[in-house]
Amino acid sequence: MKDVSFGQYYPVSSYVHRLDPRLKLLFLIAYIVAIFLASNFYGLAACAGVLVVIVIAARIPFGKVLRAVRGVVFLVIFTAALNILFYNGETVYASWWVFDITKEGLIFSAFLALRLVLLVVCSSLLTYTTTPVSLTDGVESLLTPLKWIKIPVHALALVMSIALRFIPILMDETERIKNAQKARGADFESGNLLKRIKAMVPVLVPLLLSAFRRADELGDAMDARCYTGSGKRTKYKKLRFTWRDLIAFLVGAALIAGVVLMKIYLPAPY
Amino acid sequence: MKAIEFTGVSFRYEEEGPFVIEKLNFSVEEGEFVAVLGHNGSGKSTLARLANGLLVPDEGAISVFGTPLTEKTLFEARRNVGVVFQNPDNQTVATIVEDDVAFGAENVGLKREEIGERIEFALRAVGMEAYRGATVARLSGGQKQRVAIAGVLALKPRAIVLDESTAMLDPRGRREIVDVVTRLNKEEGITVVLITHFMEEALLADRAVVMNRGEIVMQGKPEEIFARQEELVTYNLALPRIGVICNRLRAAGMPVSNTLSAEQLAEEIAKCV
Repeated sequence: MKDVSFGQYYPVSSYVHRLDPRLKLLFLIAYIVAIFLASNFYGLAACAGVLVVIVIAARIPFGKVLRAVRGVVFLVIFTAALNILFYNGETVYASWWVFDITKEGLIFSAFLALRLVLLVVCSSLLTYTTTPVSLTDGVESLLTPLKWIKIPVHALALVMSIALRFIPILMDETERIKNAQKARGADFESGNLLKRIKAMVPVLVPLLLSAFRRADELGDAMDARCYTGSGKRTKYKKLRFTWRDLIAFLVGAALIAGVVLMKIYLPAPY
Repeated sequence: MKAIEFTGVSFRYEEEGPFVIEKLNFSVEEGEFVAVLGHNGSGKSTLARLANGLLVPDEGAISVFGTPLTEKTLFEARRNVGVVFQNPDNQTVATIVEDDVAFGAENVGLKREEIGERIEFALRAVGMEAYRGATVARLSGGQKQRVAIAGVLALKPRAIVLDESTAMLDPRGRREIVDVVTRLNKEEGITVVLITHFMEEALLADRAVVMNRGEIVMQGKPEEIFARQEELVTYNLALPRIGVICNRLRAAGMPVSNTLSAEQLAEEIAKCV
């Protein structure tokens, strides 16, 4: 579980933790829209500012937030590098063969990198501050309209929460199997990409088998606790929309309005 | 009343395959604490799954608290007989302790307030009330299993079956679980069937049952069973060190009882000397 902080609930009590998960989900969607609508650094700065406020309000340590970013560092650097090399700009700083490093390219790639980081941080904040159970409750509630066309929303939501719960367990298990295969002489580090992918087969097969075995046992345990999947099931934690949620809703709406206004009234070129 | 009663029960996993349990007669009295001992493949886990209808016998009848187990009474049986399984990670549904404990109570459609009360009762019964909002993944093995017991208790069962629930735990975790079930049995009057291959866990039981190849081969007070060391060995059950010492001392003429606790044995030896 060393590197997977993405998707891990961080158990503290805070304003953000207590918000309605439906609101948080909708806010995330709106936030992502805002990030993509923002066409200059003012807009992104506003988004980043809001994020900092959320992190503080959620009492999440900044180190934890950085750890979520660590997972996508490679992707960010990779896209940034491509943009720096291939962006067609006017002010050329350096040039080599078909590649030009331009001022506009640097700015544009910084802009994209910031966008990506904000996206990841905001999504992981959702999972840091929302337990999988309330997250799936939120998804289930938001997808209620699908129930009218006979889609088993409840079962899907349960599947989702169980999947989230088993991620760290299966990660641990992968590591264990990998070590076990290494002890038997398996080599995961050398060779070309194809060879390395092939080397993963002796890890994936036992992992898959064990996942099926776990699923079987979990099914039995659920049956033993009277699970039927019928509609008679009740909920211990009911979702309620409170004044807290209203304030957060207003903040979110103001953010998006602000970004849209900036897009219209402020000069576009970053 | 009999809490669980098997009459001539046979079961096999595959048609034409060998019977895992054959013509088994077995019963547990209400309020009794029974330990079922047996080597791997002795059929003891199958017994647990038959007792609450996860498996259906090929022959014979099972009844739970006087009601024959049929498709119609299945859910009544599952509410009355809770099963705790071996791997704590594979029986928790939720990430947070209280959500997991609530799962069973939600399934049977209880009201919100009542589920809250049940969670409180269940967590207090297993001594985990301080961990209500904790993440299950961060608990120790013994604590996880106690949460699993609480998840079963939230359905207010009259009997619980522990299917090798201590097998994956360290000695400390095992002791926690045995302490919890013993207390549930004595204080809450819940019938307990403890399936295990650790003989010392059977010590506190009212009755020990030894299974081998789907049959009950020995049965009686735990101390009586432990005295029959040679017989136990034929069923691939090794007596713990302390038990072996007890038997040897007695063979040498020292009047010690058949205990598996080192402290008690030390006291008894001190008295003799």
